[in-house]
Amino acid sequence: MQQPSQWRRRGTFFVLLALCLLLAGCSSALMDPKGDIGEAQRSLILSSFGLMMIVVIPVIVLTVAFGWHYRRNNTVAQYLPDWAHSNVIEAIVWLVPVVIVAILAVITWRSSHELDPHRPLESDEPTLEIQAISLDWKWLFIYPEQGIATVNEVAMPVNRPVRFRVSSGSVMNSLFIPRLGTQIYAMAGMDNDVHLVGNEIGTYWGRSTNYSGAGFAGMVFDALVTSDEDFDTWVEQVRAEGEPLSYPEGYSELAERSSFVDVRYFSDVTPEFYERLVSSFHTGTDPETETQDADRAPAVDTNEAYQSTDNQEGERSDDDQLISNEAGG
Amino acid sequence: MFGKLSLEAIPLHDPIIVVVGLGMVVGAIALLGALTYFRKWGWLWNEWFTSVDHKKLGIMYFAVALVMLLRGFADAIMMRSQQALAAGGSMGFLPPDHYDQIFTAHGVIMIFFVAMPMVIGLINLVVPLQIGARDVAFPFLNNLSFWLFAVSALLINISLVLGEFAKTGWLAYAPLSGIEYSPGVGVDYWIWALQISGIGTTLTGINFFVTILKMRTKGMTMFRMPIFTWTALCANVLIIASFPILTATIALLTLDRYFGMNFFTNELGGNVMMYVNLIWAWGHPEVYILILPAFGVFSEVIATFARKRLFGYHTMVWATVAITVLSFIVWLHHFFTMGAGANVNAFFGIMTMIIAIPTGVKVFNWIFTIFRGRLELTSPVLWTLGFIITFTLGGMTGVMLALPAANFVLHNSLFVIAHFHNVIIGGVVFGMLAGLTYWFPKAFGFTLSEKWGKRSFWFWITGFYTAFMPLYVLSFYGAARRMQSYPNAEWQPWMIVAWVGSVLIAIGIACTLIQFYVSIRDRHKNQDVTGDPWDARTLEWSTSSPPPFYNFAHEPVVGDIDSFWTQKQRGIEQAEEKDYKDIHMPKNTWAGPIISVFAMIFGFAMIWHIWWLAIVGAVGTLVSFIARVFNDDIDYYVPAAEVERIEQAHLKRLEAHS
Repeated sequence: MQQPSQWRRRGTFFVLLALCLLLAGCSSALMDPKGDIGEAQRSLILSSFGLMMIVVIPVIVLTVAFGWHYRRNNTVAQYLPDWAHSNVIEAIVWLVPVVIVAILAVITWRSSHELDPHRPLESDEPTLEIQAISLDWKWLFIYPEQGIATVNEVAMPVNRPVRFRVSSGSVMNSLFIPRLGTQIYAMAGMDNDVHLVGNEIGTYWGRSTNYSGAGFAGMVFDALVTSDEDFDTWVEQVRAEGEPLSYPEGYSELAERSSFVDVRYFSDVTPEFYERLVSSFHTGTDPETETQDADRAPAVDTNEAYQSTDNQEGERSDDDQLISNEAGG
Repeated sequence: MFGKLSLEAIPLHDPIIVVVGLGMVVGAIALLGALTYFRKWGWLWNEWFTSVDHKKLGIMYFAVALVMLLRGFADAIMMRSQQALAAGGSMGFLPPDHYDQIFTAHGVIMIFFVAMPMVIGLINLVVPLQIGARDVAFPFLNNLSFWLFAVSALLINISLVLGEFAKTGWLAYAPLSGIEYSPGVGVDYWIWALQISGIGTTLTGINFFVTILKMRTKGMTMFRMPIFTWTALCANVLIIASFPILTATIALLTLDRYFGMNFFTNELGGNVMMYVNLIWAWGHPEVYILILPAFGVFSEVIATFARKRLFGYHTMVWATVAITVLSFIVWLHHFFTMGAGANVNAFFGIMTMIIAIPTGVKVFNWIFTIFRGRLELTSPVLWTLGFIITFTLGGMTGVMLALPAANFVLHNSLFVIAHFHNVIIGGVVFGMLAGLTYWFPKAFGFTLSEKWGKRSFWFWITGFYTAFMPLYVLSFYGAARRMQSYPNAEWQPWMIVAWVGSVLIAIGIACTLIQFYVSIRDRHKNQDVTGDPWDARTLEWSTSSPPPFYNFAHEPVVGDIDSFWTQKQRGIEQAEEKDYKDIHMPKNTWAGPIISVFAMIFGFAMIWHIWWLAIVGAVGTLVSFIARVFNDDIDYYVPAAEVERIEQAHLKRLEAHS
């Protein structure tokens, strides 16, 4: 027979633990986000958590209460050994979860569309495109408009929507800046994208969250959210301090394995660098005999559908088809 | 001559491995020496290795699983130690090369070589007894399944001292597991260990599916089956439907690695996301293969110790069936961040949440089984209560992960780690430990020490919360999974708390080992003469403990759910039929162990590219299998006189006891 003190001790333990967790959580990246996307995800996490408490709290209370009240030596408690069915209880235990899941399903449907990584953000400011490529084991960021590139450091002007186009030159990784929100997989030969925005000036870190081999722990970078002026200064600094980055020669050198890589700047990047790298995986040639990337059409931009038409879903699936067809070729 | 194998394959550069490897070798020599010294080889071979008795196979599954639990847990505590140290620029004591093998091995071992054999072992021990059968449908296949699993466990352990294990994570995502990025033998160990044991698992699935459908005793309709048998049936349906996907996926990866094909490479039309889809099309049903039988254990335990019929039997069955079906259409929730469209993500998210409905109903049914019962707070009940609370929390975090838009910030973080340990420790491990305590007397004829069982429970549950709640916290700070080190020094205190939790769990495991020791020492005091130590409800308790090898002298007759309980209540003794009949039983077979050893030789040779040995292994497997096929001398009759002698001895013991 279990001593009551043990149950009490256990209860106290859980309450203390829960308090610690709550206090600790408030300043965390996900609970104190610095961008609209992260902000929306924070409220989503909290509201789903709250909704499920409707079931979780009764379960915990009932388990402990019944477990204690109907213990073997409490002969005062009612004992009905053959009572095993009640339409009322069955109806409640089916209905309550069904209702909660129905509400959650609506939330899921809406939030999946509103926070779809591929969906451009609404803003008066023009979207900044940054191309992120995961390599063994570092991040290469290319700014096609500015014609610059960096390793393990990325900057963006505050309140300016950013579209990260994300791919890989090696195995699969995932691009994630916790304070800004949504992560997305980086996969070789695939042109993925995620739209993010930083609404508060500061330096936030980002990393690959998808294990990619020996140097994975070092795939960390700084994400600088700056004022417009500071962003221009930063671009100038990259231009001034950097060296040129060519494709494929410079790329091959950069793609060699290295871990815990310091920040590097590139002043001038071969045009269509990103597109050529993505499409280099679509060729039918044997990589062992072929060193140059083959001459072919640029990678399909899956996101154009969003900008050109309201009928987003239909267009997108067509484009996806195109991508997978190409990958198959 | 020896392919890629040379003396350099022994990792002498790593002191940890050298010490562990030496320990393993010394331990193995000591064990083999002791067996030789005490002349136990013949006994081991005749009574255990070649046995087709489902009870003995169940015990052997559990024994291997417990040994592998120690190995897997050693990996766990090393991971927690590494992360407790490697903060803010420190590299800890494990370089990436070693750390990456450890987290891969931990996942593979805990799922395939601990959780699966515990579940299958329990199904083996319990299901035929619960349905009143004398053995399974295919006794030889059952023995073969066990041995295919056992030699795979051996292969995994060989990888520790010869070569390396995979450094890819437990599911060996392509293209990282491809030959270009993982040229070593680690992934090949992974491939062949899982391929061989996976075939064994498929055979088990078929075996128990047929057993449950075709071998139930008189009067046991489907809706009179005990809930554990129902969950076992559903788990085996899942095995039959999902394990071939694993086999095919690994086969494709094998073709990629050995023949330069390009199913899952970056180039030449390979599709890495196809691998991820396929592996999870198996992987998600897999977790239900583990958890459904655990649900069954809790249902049996709670009804027995509350001395009350299970609340909502039919609801329980339909909820189980619903989960079985739904588990096949949720796999994409493991990679919402792949970038599929919002419609696809929303569909899989909602399907996942729908699974929470039947699961939630089950939870309430257990709670209402306690309601108006007389609950005895034994250690199996403590595991059950701990499970209800822990699993509910784990289910909640699972639903949060199933929200695609929330998943975008929680995926690949320690949140995922905390979530699935929440449900696997809180669900599967607690369930198997409850089942172990509950059915141990049936297997061995004496009960386990309650004192040490309860101690184990309290250490496990406090250890679990101490180890994994900090991981939930850290995930909110953006901590990713599988980090060998991290620059964020402020995470270290939480990592140290998590380490303390892992030490508490270690004490919990030690309590279980002490529990075995104490219980075996006091076995005469804790003897279970009646065969029904808990005053339980289902058929397995109607025979002696341990049951005779033929299980039941007379085929039991079932009139309703909990038939044995009803009979006891009405005071009807099983009609004492004196006329014993001859019993048809399968013979022991050498074929299981022999075929499996050849399969292991084949796997080992393939791993090291020793082609002549691979041919020896393949031919040996085939020839020994064909030899078995043409062997007609596989069964015999136990004479009625022998049955009578065994039954009379049991009755005498019963009379002496009362």
